[in-house]
Amino acid sequence: MMLTLTVNGERRQFEKVHTVRDLVVQLGLARAAVAVEVNRQVVPRNQHEKTPLEDGDVIELVTLVGGG
Amino acid sequence: MDEALCVAGRTIQSRLIVGTGKYATYEVMQAALDASGASVITVAVRRERLIDKDGRSLLDFIDTDRYTILPNTAGCFTADDAVRVARLGREILDQLDNPGKDWVKLEVLADKKTLLPDPVGTLDACKQLVKDGFKVLCYTSDDPVMAVKIKEAGASSVMPAGSPIGSGQGVLNPNAIRIILEQLKGDDPAYPVIVDAGVGTASDVTIAMELGADGVLLNTGIAHAKDPVQMAHAMRHAIEAGRLAYLSGRIGKKLYATASSPWTGVISYIPGE
Repeated sequence: MMLTLTVNGERRQFEKVHTVRDLVVQLGLARAAVAVEVNRQVVPRNQHEKTPLEDGDVIELVTLVGGG
Repeated sequence: MDEALCVAGRTIQSRLIVGTGKYATYEVMQAALDASGASVITVAVRRERLIDKDGRSLLDFIDTDRYTILPNTAGCFTADDAVRVARLGREILDQLDNPGKDWVKLEVLADKKTLLPDPVGTLDACKQLVKDGFKVLCYTSDDPVMAVKIKEAGASSVMPAGSPIGSGQGVLNPNAIRIILEQLKGDDPAYPVIVDAGVGTASDVTIAMELGADGVLLNTGIAHAKDPVQMAHAMRHAIEAGRLAYLSGRIGKKLYATASSPWTGVISYIPGE
């Protein structure tokens, strides 16, 4: 079943993604220092497996970059 | 003997806080941070690259055991966005187990051209973040009224700008900084006030410290210097020089001269005598 999610500003379709953990793994970010926000709420890493994703969810995956 | 800088209950070894942005390469950044002697560094929170990752990222070049990482909310123009970004920064630092994890350098900006802080949004975000358990190091203008309100809102440090971000103009209004220092530290001498933004060269840092600031935060002044690593060394000397000079009690300024050599025992002709 295809899920349509907006990830980092882009609408994309995903297969076999049911939880935040599935998404993070599919994007190759399982080991990265990345924070996840679903519909403007932070989902801590220890909640990734338990947090389901639904069609239309808006997700931000962020990391630390250089800044002042 | 100087006591170390203490912010939100934590001792910070260096009074110089340095940003990680705008360097030509990660290698130069790494060398500059090392030369600066900083123990706290700022970072920004941005979307992860999902495609065409070249494999190099900031954290590959930051020793997270050596530095306390202070995430900023740069690029936020509303309180809500600043709160979101702060929470995301906290989550990443939690994963890294870095001591900076409840800290945030709060910025809520008014517009892209001036990068001046929006005082209303800043105060609103400060209150929300303090309530959410953050230790807020709050970027603000050199307006003493706002500085007092931000401290009263529970910020762990007020960080007034010397001049606009990246502008290199140094401390444009030393009297405003003096008033802020008096109003925030008069009854509470341990409260940290850190001058943040506009530092262009080493003397700007020294001037800020001689006014009585507890620290200085800068990024562009090092990152965009022709020789950033050498400038980082200069900044390290500058923060020490400024702090020592402040603690040493400078001489006053007088209109007329007072000779450094004695008048007694001269063999010379002195006019008027």
